Order: sequence, then structure tokens, then C-alpha cells
Amino acid sequence: MSAIPKEEYLYKCTSACAGCSSSLCLRYVLKAAGPDSVLVVPACCTSVIQGIYPGTAMNVPVYNIAFAAAAACASGLSNALSALGKETNVIVYAGDGGTVDIGIQSLSGAFERGTNFLYICYDNEAYGNTGMQRSGSTPLGARTTTTPGGKPTAKKDLDRIVEAHNPPYMATACSAYPLDLYKKVKKALSIEGPKFIHILAPCPPGWRYPTEKTVEMGKLAVKTGTWILYEREFGKLAISGPSKAAMKKPAPLEDYIKGQGRFKNLSPEIFDEMRQQVERNIQRLSREEAGVC
Amino acid sequence: MLTIATGNKAVAAAVKAAKPGVVAAYPITPQTEIVEQLAEYVTTGELESRYIPVESEHSAMAACIGASAGGVRTFTATSSHGLLYMHEMVHWTAGARLPVVMANVNRALGPGWNTWAEHTDAFSQRDTGWLQVFVGTVQEAYDATLMAFKIAENEKVLLPVMVNLDGFTLSHIMQSLETVEIGDFLPPFHLPHAIDTENPCGYGPMTGPADYFRFRWDIERSMRDARGVIADVEREFAERFGRSYGPTEDYRCEDADVVVIAMGSLGKEAEVAIDRLRDDGVKAGSMRLRWFRPFPDLDLAGREVVVIDRDYSFGFGGVVAHSIRSKTGIEPYSVIAGLGGQEVTYNDIADFVRNRCPGEETWFGVSDHV
Ligand SMILES: Cc1ncc(C[n+]2csc(CCOP(=O)(O)OP(=O)(O)O)c2C)c(N)n1
Ligand code: SF4
Repeated sequence: MSAIPKEEYLYKCTSACAGCSSSLCLRYVLKAAGPDSVLVVPACCTSVIQGIYPGTAMNVPVYNIAFAAAAACASGLSNALSALGKETNVIVYAGDGGTVDIGIQSLSGAFERGTNFLYICYDNEAYGNTGMQRSGSTPLGARTTTTPGGKPTAKKDLDRIVEAHNPPYMATACSAYPLDLYKKVKKALSIEGPKFIHILAPCPPGWRYPTEKTVEMGKLAVKTGTWILYEREFGKLAISGPSKAAMKKPAPLEDYIKGQGRFKNLSPEIFDEMRQQVERNIQRLSREEAGVC
Repeated sequence: MLTIATGNKAVAAAVKAAKPGVVAAYPITPQTEIVEQLAEYVTTGELESRYIPVESEHSAMAACIGASAGGVRTFTATSSHGLLYMHEMVHWTAGARLPVVMANVNRALGPGWNTWAEHTDAFSQRDTGWLQVFVGTVQEAYDATLMAFKIAENEKVLLPVMVNLDGFTLSHIMQSLETVEIGDFLPPFHLPHAIDTENPCGYGPMTGPADYFRFRWDIERSMRDARGVIADVEREFAERFGRSYGPTEDYRCEDADVVVIAMGSLGKEAEVAIDRLRDDGVKAGSMRLRWFRPFPDLDLAGREVVVIDRDYSFGFGGVVAHSIRSKTGIEPYSVIAGLGGQEVTYNDIADFVRNRCPGEETWFGVSDHV
């Protein structure tokens, strides 16, 4: 951890919920990016966490933009800054709703155009800002305020959508592994072109677990193989350390599910479907890493 | 240089002269020629600019917002459904105080699909905080686009400007065009609140009830100041390049008993109608309304007024007629004509004047009144 700078770009006492892991992640993202960076933030929890005018909780410029528009706005900004000869990092920090649902068109467009920027989706698996409605990223079976009986369909596979754009760098990360995240942000920003990092960000009110369990929840997601940490550099996949071990002998899925109120009263069929999904993902990525496709 | 060009090519030529740092655009008929021409200029190196071929109009305006906030001059063009699709971002540009210039080639809205001229698209953005000018000739499309940058970027204004030209009747017809050497008419772009990592700020964060209204008032104050800035820029343009414009273009109005008010190409057509009417001894004049926002002060006292609206606000009436009524207290004769490119000749316009009924509304081609 000593490699991580002491400078803070996200100040204390934000209006985030206690135990909010996405703001924890943002803190590390900014440490990795440094002061010559601009954040582009669509409507989401982060647009509230930064504070109310005239205050700001952040020590870098933050450009707030409408829900669907983050990647396009960043595209314009990135082009403008490079036209002016500046090497400022342009980083989108967007929720899963603003990425997999309403913002996917602009995300896709910016990636296809080869925009030089880093897009980070912190995935709390629901619309946190508006009170925990389902998003396309909400997993199968999870209860939200608009899926009170549990979500009947699976989580949209954002990573495979992004992968189809062949970005030079993409990675997954999790708030429970900040050093891994820090390194990935550093590496992403050293590469020219569109970069993408997808962070699983447990959210106490959304997932309905006690606030002090945020780190544990992230660890369980990785240990059970529900969330797999990897990097894909110029198309080449490398599973990250914490997931390497977990994928060999995943912890029981129950360990991850049982502590979360959103999965209360899950039917055995849905649970089985979830288990199969986890296995399929582990196999798919293991095969790819081993070069067996 | 004297040449002939379509309205679209004239806009593109003006944008080239203005040297934007970023152009972000999405094609839609009848605007397409503008963005194609700009892409061509960028490819051949005649224009040193970043051309961002976005995937939608919502993204076009979002990219313009990012680019303008980043500190470069920015342009886009759209029309009709494209403009409506970007509506959310159209508000955002003005709220963020970014002097983006956009050409809007006026076109009707579906269904049914109709690519011909109508002003309802622009008027649907009436309350977004954009300045809006409507042009009547190819030359004016060029001149107004150049002036739009200078007006938008003035520190008293810092609001986006929409240059409106009628689909096909202006975008695609050829007229003579004199391009100019703009010299220092447009100074280098400077945005006082451009993003600066040396001075980190939040742009557009949550703003509570105690502050939000101040920002709104600021926009209105700038709209009011814009009247003077527009007049100054138009005066300077006239001095440098010899063509003068104002909030309206008045034709034979001095002694007129009845004045026709219309916008865009119909406003130009009205001038021919006025000549006809004058030949018949009717003391008529025309006032082509150029600026729609900020709305100009009009002196119409003691005259009858015929307003031609190429637009409609359903359940209410013509938008221009309503504006004239509420601004001047005069009950105009309101004619709804030219929707979706409906043909309106100068003889028709002369008939509107001959058969006028102050206080009434007529749909041309529907009512048997005209
Ligand atoms: C066009 C539009 N539709 C809806 C909203 C309301 N809205 C604001 S944030 C949000 C959900 C954001 O969810 P997500 O992107 O997952 O981020 P989170 O709030 O979880 O951080 C919604 C629906 C909006 N701001 N704009
Ligand atoms: S709702 Fe979740 S993501 Fe949003 S601030 Fe609270 S803990 Fe963080």
C-alpha cells in the first residue's frame, strides 16, 4: 500500500451513505490519476456525493453531465484538451445505470471512435441515486424497489459488450481490493485510446447488509467467483491475483448470498441458475486465459 | 470572394472561417450537406479542427458541451428530429453557459415523415436559453453564422446561438454568396470558466433552492444584455463587410398601414407581396423577424399586423402571433401557413393582407377565408 500516494483528491465527510464502497473506489481512482485529471460524472450517487454548490468534495475538476451523455461529453472534452496540447486525464466515473442502460449508446460511440479517455463504471447493481430501482446490471433474483419479487432476468454482460469494441485496455476491479484497482487505473492511464474499468461496488442500502460488511461483501463476491478480477490488454486476458486463487476452488455461493437482504427468499431454482452462471463464467474466462477458446 | 452556394454550403464556409477547435455532428436531412462539407474541409486540411462523428444528436450536443467546456470553439448542426433528440442537452449547453453555435435547418416533425420546412422544431427549444436567429437568404446564413460565434462568445452573453435556416427553400437553393476575409473579426476563443486542473472546481453540481434561481436569473440578464451585444456585432459587421442586419428586416414599412410579420424564407417572399400590394395602392410593409430570442422590441403602434406562422402550438395558436400579441398588445391577423413545406406564394401572402381579419386565425389551405 505504501506505493499509493498520500494526497487526497476526495475529501472526508461526503454525503455518501456509511459503508459506500464506490466512493472508497473513487478515492483510489483519483490517487492513481493525480491532479492533472478531470472527472466527468453523469447523474448518479457520485453527482450527489461531491457536495452541493458552492462546495465540492473533490480536488480535481468535476464536470457534471446529463445521465445519458457522459461518454460523449468526455469525447468532446478529450478532443478539446488534446487540440490545446494538454495531456490531462479525462475520466468518466459513472454508475451501472448510466452505463449499461441509458448511457450505453454514448459509451459504444466513444469506444468505436477511439476516444482517448478512461471510462469507469462503478457497479452497485441498481439505481442508487433514485432509491434502489433495478438496472440492467442488477443480478438475477435480486430484490429492488422495482423488482420486489426478485429480478427475473440476468445481469447484462457489460464486459462482453465493451470487449466487442476491442479497446486497448479493459479490466474488472472490486472495492475490496483497492491496490489492484489502483494499479489498474495507473496502467489504463498509461495507454492511449479508450480504456474501461468495471468495478463491483457493494452498496449497503441497496444490497441490504450492515455497513461494516462492505469490504467483506466485496471479498465474498470475488472468492465465490461471482465477480472475477481480470485485465484484458490488447485483447489478451490475464486473471488478477485474488481471482486466480478463488477460481481454482471457489467458496460456496451461499456465503455471498446469505448476508444480503436483496436475495432474501430466493427460490432454489433461481439459486441453482445463479450457481450455473458463476460456473459458466469461471470456465469461460479460465479457458480464454489458457488459450483454449 | 463572390460565388454561388446553397444555404448549407454557406453555413459550412462560415464555420470554416470561424476555425472551431471541435465540430461534433450527426447527419439528418436537410442539414446533412453542412456536416459533410465540414468533414471534407477537415479531411483536406482546409479546416484544422477535430471532427467527432458521434452516434446520435444527444451525443453531438454532449460532445460540444465537453469540447466547449474544455476551452475550444465548437460547432454542430442539426434539424427537426435531431434537434428534439438532443433537447436535454440543448438545455444543458445554455445552463452550463457554453457559447456553442449550432445551425438548425428547420424541418417539420413526424409523423408523417416530412423533410420540408417548418419552424416548430426551433420553437420547441424556445425556453432552453439559446439565442435564436432566423435567416432569409444564403448570404445571411453565412453572415449570421459568423456573427453567431462573436455574439455567443461575448463575455456579457456566454450563451449558445442557434442559426435557423429553412429546409430546402434555403438549405438547398443556390444564391450568390460573398465570403469575406474575417481577419480579427473573431478573436481567439476564450472561455472564462474553461476547465482548469490548476483550479479544480465542480461544474454543474447539485444546486439547492437558495442558489439555483440566481443561475437562472443570470441567464436572463445575459439574454437582456445580448440585445446590445447583437446590435454592436451587427454594426461592426456592417462597417467591416458592408452588409447590415437588425432585429427585423423592414421593407417599405415607414408609411405602412398594414405590416406583414414572418420569419425565414416566407419573410423574404413577403417583400415581393408588398410590392404587389403597393402597386394596387395598399399601403403595406413587411418586417421579417430575424431574432426570436432574445425577442426584439417592435414598434407597431397604429398599424394592422398580419402574422404568418410556419409553426403551431396545438390548443393555443401560432407562436409568433402569440408573441406579437403579448409583446405589443396588438391583435394580429394570424395565418398559419407553410407547414411541412406547404407552398405559399407571394400572391398568397398578398391575399392574406387583402383579406385580413384582425383578431382571427386562419389555416391556409384549410379555412376558406383566404
Ligand atoms: C434522463 C434521465 N432519466 C432519469 C434520471 C433520474 N436518475 C438520476 S440518477 C438515476 C440512477 C443512477 O443509477 P446508476 O447509474 O446505477 O448510479 P448510482 O445512482 O447507483 O450511483 C436516475 C434514474 C435522470 N437524471 N435523467
Ligand atoms: S446508495 Fe450505495 S452507491 Fe450510493 S452512496 Fe449509498 S452506498 Fe454509495
